[in-house]
Amino acid sequence: MPDSAAGQISNRVSDRSWTGYLRPDGRKGIRNHLLVVYTVECASFVAQEIAKDESDTHVIGFPGCYDNDYAIRLMLALATHPNIGGVLAVGLGCEYTQPHRIAEAVRASGRPAESFFIQEHGGTRLSIAHGKELLASLRARAQENAVKVPMTWADLTIGAECGGSDGTSGLAGNPVVGRAFDRLVDRGGSAIFEEVVEMIGLRDLMISRAASPQAAQQLGATYDKMLNYCKAVRQYSVAPGNFAGGLTTIEEKSMGAFAKGGSRPIQGVIRVSERPPHLGLWLLDSVPDEHFMQFGYTNPNDTEGIMDLIAAGAQIVLFITGRGSVIGSAVAPLIKVTGNARTFRNMTEDMDFNAGRVLSGELTMDEAAAELMDLIADVAAGQPSKPERLGHREFFLMYKHQDVPSLEAGCRA
Amino acid sequence: MLVESAASAFQVHASDNVATLLGEAATGAPLEIVGPAGRLDLTAREKIELGHKVALDAIPEGAPVVKFGIVIGIAMRSIEPGEWVHLHNCRSQLDERSGHFDVHTGEPGDNAYA
Repeated sequence: MPDSAAGQISNRVSDRSWTGYLRPDGRKGIRNHLLVVYTVECASFVAQEIAKDESDTHVIGFPGCYDNDYAIRLMLALATHPNIGGVLAVGLGCEYTQPHRIAEAVRASGRPAESFFIQEHGGTRLSIAHGKELLASLRARAQENAVKVPMTWADLTIGAECGGSDGTSGLAGNPVVGRAFDRLVDRGGSAIFEEVVEMIGLRDLMISRAASPQAAQQLGATYDKMLNYCKAVRQYSVAPGNFAGGLTTIEEKSMGAFAKGGSRPIQGVIRVSERPPHLGLWLLDSVPDEHFMQFGYTNPNDTEGIMDLIAAGAQIVLFITGRGSVIGSAVAPLIKVTGNARTFRNMTEDMDFNAGRVLSGELTMDEAAAELMDLIADVAAGQPSKPERLGHREFFLMYKHQDVPSLEAGCRA
Repeated sequence: MLVESAASAFQVHASDNVATLLGEAATGAPLEIVGPAGRLDLTAREKIELGHKVALDAIPEGAPVVKFGIVIGIAMRSIEPGEWVHLHNCRSQLDERSGHFDVHTGEPGDNAYA
């Protein structure tokens, strides 16, 4: 591409703005979704049926009957996410987690919210009908409350996650996302990446990226905790399939994953359900607390990591896959980036962005990052991402313990 | 005589001494190295598969193998330009099991199964 054309792309990217939804806490959303929250697995069918055929309604929930502070924090973070305009919490009636407490917290955030127990509403059919009525009323109030405002890059928080990785992920998919993160941060936005267990061997590199002595201390402590975790569960995040695919060491795999963090200073480390305290690039730590390391897994699947990023306030998540993946996400759109041109062709209905063009020499990294930024702005402006178009809205949540002061304090710290 | 068809390989960082194959290269195949250092020409000394690494420079025994601009491992013996760089000639500085994996399948050979 001639320089003038590249210049036009970067100007276009810096000029982008679109209309979003201003929330009472000052954050801005790119969608105005409704959320149904179930408080135990026993209520999940009714919750899903309430949301069925409601194109603006997503479902999240917690399967356990016994409650968990980490899970409650995550559900509240999603229920008060800037993309959410109203919430219905549905419980069975016997579980620890209380739907009315969720609704109260959501109302305190300035959003309409309702709740009920299925046992008090006549079972499955009557509860679904009751839920549909409440949803219609919530929708009317959410639309009435909607304050439309202009948005630009500085109003965006973007997350990045990778899964189904192959040799192209570290070469093209993750580095292109890293360049897009650099551009977002340079324009005043926030970027969050995670997967700390894939930063083995990168302690010095992580610390060298710290924006402050405090951030350096946090990054070092996060690395050390992660290494203890890997020793406790007795595994590194590298497998024979990775070796067969050409990756030689855990350092090589880790560096490929770390590339999605771009090159800007890391402001610090946030835990699951915390929001970045200020703008810039942040690392999210989803590794369980030390006392519970043999009890919970840090990233049991891709969806959990994506939800952690959205709970931190990401309005959009970039998902980098080499081999291909067919997930989407509740609450915030997922944009699928692949560095593998063959995967892009084979799964074209699911893949949003072909970063493999960098490997064939069709595009430079910077041109690809500029094009990806344009796609992000299009999705922020309301264009459905491929997973959204297909109706994907995956969600996953399990027991985990973070910020628990001691083993004795257990679940209710 | 037929010339082996060319394969390309990608160098991520200008300081890297390895590049990653974007297609399979046969023994003796010309390699076109694409990346920040510009295009280089090299010949594959052996068969190298998609996603695997080729040495761009001579790497002495004990010297760092560099990809992404960082040390991803240490050369277990001297490596010539155009050679396949993998489990047989490069080991992790951290993973004590490195050096015990089958070079083709990645299968671990350090468990007794007894």
